[in-house]
Amino acid sequence: MTKIHVQLDINGDHHELQLEPRVTLLDALRDRLGLTGTKKGCDHGQCGACTVHVDGERVLACLTLAAQVEGRTVTTIEGLAREGEMHPVQAAFLEQDAFQCGYCTPGQIMSAVACIREGHAGSDEEIREYMAGNLCRCGAYPHIVAAVRQAALEVQS
Amino acid sequence: MKDFSYLRAASVDAALQAAALPGAMLLAGGTTLIDLAKCGVTEPETLVDITHLKGLNSIEVGERGATIGALARMGHVADHGDIKSRFPAVSEALWQAASAQIRNMATIGGNLMQRTRCPYFRDPANFPACNKREPGSGCSAIGGVTRGHAVLGTSNACIAMYPGDLAVALVAFDAVVHLGLRQVPVDDFFLLPGTTPNREHAIEPGEMITAIEIPGSASARRSTYLKIRDRQSYEFAAASAAVGVEFEADGRTIRDLRVALGGVATKPWRARAAEDALKGKVLEPDAVRAASLLAVEGAVDHGANHYKIELAPRVVARAILKLGETA
Repeated sequence: MTKIHVQLDINGDHHELQLEPRVTLLDALRDRLGLTGTKKGCDHGQCGACTVHVDGERVLACLTLAAQVEGRTVTTIEGLAREGEMHPVQAAFLEQDAFQCGYCTPGQIMSAVACIREGHAGSDEEIREYMAGNLCRCGAYPHIVAAVRQAALEVQS
Repeated sequence: MKDFSYLRAASVDAALQAAALPGAMLLAGGTTLIDLAKCGVTEPETLVDITHLKGLNSIEVGERGATIGALARMGHVADHGDIKSRFPAVSEALWQAASAQIRNMATIGGNLMQRTRCPYFRDPANFPACNKREPGSGCSAIGGVTRGHAVLGTSNACIAMYPGDLAVALVAFDAVVHLGLRQVPVDDFFLLPGTTPNREHAIEPGEMITAIEIPGSASARRSTYLKIRDRQSYEFAAASAAVGVEFEADGRTIRDLRVALGGVATKPWRARAAEDALKGKVLEPDAVRAASLLAVEGAVDHGANHYKIELAPRVVARAILKLGETA
């Protein structure tokens, strides 16, 4: 199939790529741009490991075609820190020991940043519900909830 | 995933023209379509991206009802203040569906086009027989593992369950699908499998969902969506119910009742027999439980899904009784 020209705005950087139309945003990030912080878990929209922000909202990069986000703003885990300073959610994950193997962590953190921004981090119950799309096979959920709760308080104050 | 060509539609007319070509499909949120393309279930030659079209994502709520543009996304509709207050069952069905990420991607129009989660349908490499994919090829589910399959509306050709939540609430409150010039009640938009399970929706080539309209009513205002599942969240329904009730001035006698089931049927399932049995009656637990049994009238199980016939009436009864408590 003929490749198409796709312009992507990722973490404030402009990229121009020649891609097969079927290339997902996830594969473009990892295989073409070397942004491997965004993880491939199930590749079918069931695990949340590939969570990124498009125009500030959390979405799944595995079910998004790269071509679809031309003209939109994409943020990945690599774009969260500001001038070498961790995002409060990143810092909270470290402090609360909110991971074991770490594979789901970038997706968890991207999801948590959006969860707090949406106003869906008001209680542990609400955090669990609105973080349900991010699976952690190590079972670090109690610490993940604690990290989101801590970060929500910091961000909101 | 087989490759395809991609084009971005500049207008609804251009999208419909492009989508009418053989092998072309409309692409909205992609949460079903891209997934099924990866499974090898759909093999589009061209995807016509409609997500950049303007003017199709509005949510308008007034006295007469709600009109929701086809490209409004599930998460935005779920969180909309007037939808929450005037159509709680719609908001609850939406926020209990999928995950926050998927709700940010998936559109209302695309949601109505969601395909079944039947594992045999989703796995063409291992299960070539599927009448929904290949008419006349047989059904791998019948005689297979059926825990998640339908008990209502099935046929000898297909027992695949309709997996969505939103449409269950829509069918309860007589919503209408706008297909450009034509309008179709949601109940008629979803087709029973019969001998043609490959045909799931009353939509013709060259048509596109442009909006859905939900009439406002007292029963929609006092409504809820109760979803029972194997996990607490991010799971399809084992059985669910969208229920709405309007009381007479005494606050106890049922003037209007709406009941629809999810997770148990081949399409969003309106349970009119249960509604009729309770209209004009005082809401009390024994009558509600007896009437709720009528919601699964005619159900046929395939072994492992028998529990749904027991579970669904209990879900209906619990939902109605919950609404009674708030009267």
